[in-house]
Formats: sequence, structure tokens, C-alpha cells
Amino acid sequence: MTPTSRQISSLKLTLFALCLSPAILLLRDLQLDRLGANPIEALTRASGEWTLRFLLITLTVTPLRKYSGWHWILRFRRMLGLFAFAYGTMHLMTYVWLDQFFDWPAIVRDIYKRPFITVGFTALVLMTPLALSSNAFAIRKLGGRRWQALHRAIYPISLLGCLHFWWLVKKDITEPLIYTVIACALLGLRAWWREQERRKQLAGGYLQQQRFDGKVIRIVAK
Amino acid sequence: GNLGPLARNPFSSQEELTSRKAITTYNNFYELGTDKADPAQNTHRLKPSPWTLRIEGLVNKPRSFSLDELLKIAPLEERIYRMRCVEGWSMVIPWVGIPLAALLKQADPQGSAKYVEFISHYDKATMTHGVLDWPYNEGLRLDEARHPLTILAVGLYGETLPVQNGAPVRLVVPWKYGFKGAKSLVTIRLTEKQPLTAWMKAGPSEYGFYSNVNPEVDHPRWSQATERRIGEFGKRKTLMFNGYGEQVASMYSGMDLRRFF
Repeated sequence: MTPTSRQISSLKLTLFALCLSPAILLLRDLQLDRLGANPIEALTRASGEWTLRFLLITLTVTPLRKYSGWHWILRFRRMLGLFAFAYGTMHLMTYVWLDQFFDWPAIVRDIYKRPFITVGFTALVLMTPLALSSNAFAIRKLGGRRWQALHRAIYPISLLGCLHFWWLVKKDITEPLIYTVIACALLGLRAWWREQERRKQLAGGYLQQQRFDGKVIRIVAK
Repeated sequence: GNLGPLARNPFSSQEELTSRKAITTYNNFYELGTDKADPAQNTHRLKPSPWTLRIEGLVNKPRSFSLDELLKIAPLEERIYRMRCVEGWSMVIPWVGIPLAALLKQADPQGSAKYVEFISHYDKATMTHGVLDWPYNEGLRLDEARHPLTILAVGLYGETLPVQNGAPVRLVVPWKYGFKGAKSLVTIRLTEKQPLTAWMKAGPSEYGFYSNVNPEVDHPRWSQATERRIGEFGKRKTLMFNGYGEQVASMYSGMDLRRFF
């Protein structure tokens, strides 16, 4: 089943609303004083967790596409990635604005001295070129191969995000552990595909050489 | 229930109190859940009555106290103390309690006693597994335990201590980080050797025995220079010994507080 382009558009709109809803619900809870005794901490925590969730959701698109055959879901990936960046920015803003109130010396000290903030900040900085190059113009300009290489930065970014969460918690590591396991599974899957592909190329290359007598057959990952 | 008329105490802070709602819904009481909202939702996991608190170890008169007996050791006092959590937030809390010194006196510590260990109630059937080495324990030097600021709290806002705040009886040491205030105490033990506390076991590089509030000694993972008073937007500077330096600093004279953190 392949949706028509009209269906894709309406699905995109629905997905957009869905992705935006955590932010809207958070702002509503903030307005209604429902975020508990320390709303700034709650806001920082929630925006950070949504950043991680969207990173992982973005990483799920390719495996889902591969195993379900729904090639059209690739068309939602950019939006998901951009939402990860948007929540990451919100997370940084809650820290810079609400938590530290633009106390730049303190912020610089934090980034430099506290490993978990260093790691989180690095992850967000690495996300920025990805967000900036998430348009057709950038893909054309960079060329598919380079663009793809650049966007593989999402792999280390997700791991840095997990590490950031891990180092932040005082003792109960259950939640960061869950995110880390999912991230490792999603990345491990890719490593496994790559290995499969390599073996196939090796085996195929040998056979093809015999059969086609040196004719080059390009194997392109689809 | 209401704890009746309370004696006032000159150590009480004049600052604006943190709301009862915040004090009773934002808790670190891992036995009842590790999220701050958990303890208030899991109060059924701890039955604060009947209760006995045993005082033992290097004392001439080891004995157990029921809660009623505890309440009669000394007149109940209101103690409005600042509480600074190691995580970087603070509150102003109107405790009700008795000086710990009054209880220690009843047990008559022996000359060899140098430290006091505090052990919290732990019920494996209803409480959190893992995270820390249960039961939760804390420790003080004997002079710290006898200090007039150190209290056993049995109430909050003039009423019986809520479960999530450590019912029925907990330790409060206002110049130290909040985690020193072990909750739901069942045993107080006097020892010669410095006790190894639950947090020291969990993170020896992050949590020391003294754990005095100190803006100059950072937690390895975050600064302790400032704090957010719950209910306020901006941050305020953290005070040495949480502002109780005048009363307690002499106990640490000559000590390197960076080493004895």
C-alpha cells in the first residue's frame, strides 16, 4: 500500500500536530502550575527526554521502512529529525534562560567543568548542521553521498544524548539505561546490515567476476 | 493530627516558609520511589504506627522508645530551618521536633562513643529494591549529633510528620545537605568507628561523611555555589554551612573541608 500524495500531506499534518503536542501540553501544565514544586527542573527534564525520544524515533524510520516495505515513511523522517532539534533547542533554552538566567560565566563554567553538560552541549552543537542541511537545496549542494555521511552524525549524537542523561542522574539509572539499550539496538542493527552487505558484496563480487567476466556491476544500497 | 502548642526556638529562620504542598509533594525518599513525586503517592508502603525507635551501641542504657515516649522526652519545639538539597534546590521548612541531644542523654553514651549511626526502616516487601544498599543509613560525629541545632523531627507545619517526609521520626541537621536527614528511623547506634553511610557506599567520590553545605566544594558533577529556593524563579547564592556557620563552624576548625567533604 502506498498512500497518494494527498494522503501523505494529510498524514504529515497529523504527524506534525502529534509531534508538537508534548510541547503544548508542557506549556499548558506550566500555565496551570501542574509541573510540581520545581517547574523549571520538570521543564528541563521533559524537553531533554523528548529530544532523546525524537532522536530514537528518527532512527527507527529506516528499519521500519526496510522491514515493512513502507518506503513512503521516509518522507516523514526530516520532520522527526527537525523536531528532535526543536526539542533540543527548547531544552538548551530552559537551561540557559530559566535555569541559569543567562549567567554566561556560570554557563561557560558548566560546559567546561561538568562532563554531563559538556556532552549534552556537544550533542546539540552537532545537531545544528544537520538541521541546517535538512532541505533539498543542501542535499543538492552537498551531493547525496556527502549529505548522507554528514547525517550519520545522528549516530554519535544519540549516544551522546544517552550519556548526557546517564551522567546526570544521581543514582537510579533505569531510565537512561532504557534509552541507551534502544539506541544501541537501533545502531547495532545498522552495523549488522552493513556487515551483511559487505559479505554479500564479497560473495557476489566473486561470482559475478566469473559469470560476467569482469564487467562491473555496481551495487547500490537501496 | 495537630501536635498542640509548640515552644519557639531562637534558631528558627525568619524567612518565608516553603508551601506545605511543595514540602509534601517534592521528596527524595527512595524507599518510596526515586521520582520526587513518588513518595507522596506511595505513602501506603510505610506504616508509621505502631513504631519503636531503638537506641543502642556504646550507651549505658540501651532501650527502645515508642513514639509516645519519644514525644515526652522534651517539650516539642517548632524549628524553622533552611534545607539545602545536594541537588541544588532548597526550602524553608517548619519542622516540629526535639533536640537529638535530649534522647542521647537518656541513653547515657559511654566515653568510647565517637559517632552516631542512624538507620532507617526498610521493608523489602513494599519498598524500592536496588539503587542503594538498604536499609538507608547515615552518620554524625557525636558532637554534631549533640549540637543544639540537630533535631529529631516528628512534625511539619504543626502536625504529625507526613509519611513522605520520613514519618514518624527523622533526623534533621540543617547545616548539612538534606540527605543526611535519615527518614523513618528505627535504630540509633553509638559507635567508636565512623559509620559507612549509604551514599558513601553508593558514590565515594561524590558523597563524603561530613556533607556540610559548602558553596566552595563542588559536587563532581555540578556546582554547589548556587541554589534554587523552591517557589522562586532566580537562583540564590548558597551560604557556607547553609547559613548556620556562626553556630557550627567551630566544630570544624582546622579541618580541610575539601578533604573532609
